[in-house]
Amino acid sequence: MEFLSYLISGICLGSVYAIIALGYTMVYGIAKMLNFAHGDVIMIGGYISFCGFAYMGLNGWVSLLLAMVVCTVLGILIEGLAYKPLRQATSLAVLITAIGVSYLLQNSALLIWGATPKVYAPLIPLVGPDGAPNALRLFDGQLSISYMSIVTMAACVIIMALLTWFTSRTKLGKAMRACSENKAAAQLMGINVNRTISMTFAIGSALAAIAGVLLCSFNPTLMPTTGSMPGIRAFTAAVFGGIGSIPGAFLGGLLIGIIEAMAKAYISTQLANSVVFSVLIIVLLVRPAGLLGKYVPEKV
Amino acid sequence: MSLLEVNDLHVYYGAIHAIKGISFKVEEGEIVTLIGANGAGKSTTLKTISGLLHPRSGSVSFDGKSTLSIPPHKLVSYGLAQVPEGRAVFLQMTVAENLEMGAYTRPPLEVADSMAKVYDLFPRLKEREKQIAGTLSGGEQQMLAMGRALMSRPKLMMLDEPSMGLAPILVEQIFDIIKDLHRSGTTILLVEQNAQMALSVADRAYVLETGKITLSGTGKELAASEEVKKAYLGG
Ligand SMILES: Nc1ncnc2c1ncn2[C@@H]1O[C@H](COP(=O)(O)OP(=O)(O)O)[C@@H](O)[C@H]1O
Ligand SMILES: [Mg+2]
Repeated sequence: MEFLSYLISGICLGSVYAIIALGYTMVYGIAKMLNFAHGDVIMIGGYISFCGFAYMGLNGWVSLLLAMVVCTVLGILIEGLAYKPLRQATSLAVLITAIGVSYLLQNSALLIWGATPKVYAPLIPLVGPDGAPNALRLFDGQLSISYMSIVTMAACVIIMALLTWFTSRTKLGKAMRACSENKAAAQLMGINVNRTISMTFAIGSALAAIAGVLLCSFNPTLMPTTGSMPGIRAFTAAVFGGIGSIPGAFLGGLLIGIIEAMAKAYISTQLANSVVFSVLIIVLLVRPAGLLGKYVPEKV
Repeated sequence: MSLLEVNDLHVYYGAIHAIKGISFKVEEGEIVTLIGANGAGKSTTLKTISGLLHPRSGSVSFDGKSTLSIPPHKLVSYGLAQVPEGRAVFLQMTVAENLEMGAYTRPPLEVADSMAKVYDLFPRLKEREKQIAGTLSGGEQQMLAMGRALMSRPKLMMLDEPSMGLAPILVEQIFDIIKDLHRSGTTILLVEQNAQMALSVADRAYVLETGKITLSGTGKELAASEEVKKAYLGG
């Protein structure tokens, strides 16, 4: 029973990583860049939703919507102002810019919201009005799964299903796939590549906002650096699953979450990160393109 | 007024002067070919016309409008389509999806009809409708690239070395299709290293050498010219 409850908390954590990793992987697929600032968009999403319910008196779900809108706009702005001028630049220049954007976001948050952590109220309170835990009880109450966890796992599955439908069935989704493969050919089809890249950032950033709200609902201390570590783990998850692959990000996110939860439970909390990254290194040695990635040799 | 008019075009890659002041025309209904050795500047010329590259000077007008300030994705709806060098089909998408991308600028209601026409022209593609383009043979990929370009219902179709890397029998097939397209009213600008095949279908032809046009005439004239025979037709 203990194992089962660790597993569920791992899947839950992994669901959040997967949602973040989907953003990383979609942006990488089309713009061929690691958007290092993606983790910080999560943090901004956390703060915006916090402002929504704590200062503006909005309902938690409406605050989530507000965070999604703000992050979408933020994602489009970041792409347009920081990355678009570098379309022809070296990947190192783009990476350094992305790290710069990451610091810019963190320091802006520090300036606006200060260094004192905010105590975040979960989207679904962990305890009901009657004082009983807001959770589903199974096996005579031996196993309890919070409604927050259920919502998180469901959100991840729904997002994954929607993205799969979007990229395989809609015109814009197909245009995104065309752009990720060959930008010149996509332009010759009449696809506006810049607009398509911008839309991808918009989607990735909206997902980051959702991830921010879910993450803060489990880890209620919200700080300007809140997004960094989950961002790096989700990036690991995207690479683990095969960067550029949507099912890969999903699988990678879940596995990283489960491995982290198990390592914390059965090995040690301090070593959890080392275990996660060791597994990553081993997988990449065996499968350089990640679990579901296709190894594409550089064209010469 | 010609359908396509290129005037004194100069294109650079950094310091490399790749196109050194070329001028040529394509009239409505013609097949015009631009032949030249590897590195002569054929692809550079087509990419400049379709807006992927920007010339340093000169002008390009299509259907009476100057095109140089128009981004490539907008030129498609003016009626300009390019089948790129090396085919450049979307390898991870299905045959049908590739064709849909070709119709990106067209009204959705028209797509099925255009697709049926392309499948009529290329029955092989119909059989492989659901197949991933990366698994097609070179000849099939060339057909797909051509079909995809046709989906936009172009006034002018520009083809960049459609015979590249194909077995002679497939080259024949591809050229037969080019002739068919021409008969059904599509104007064609064909770029080729395979001078013999290109000259045999062309109304008019230009010879491009290291960024300059050195000869021009009807397809027959050039096929008979001593210089062309020596340089491009193997004797
Ligand atoms: N991306 C590029 N950067 C620098 N030089 C290029 C590039 N593409 C082509 N060139 C040069 O421009 C000239 C014309 O090339 P291209 O138009 O591809 O010739 P063709 O299609 O006739 O074989 C060649 O000398 C080639 O080396
Ligand atoms: Mg070429």
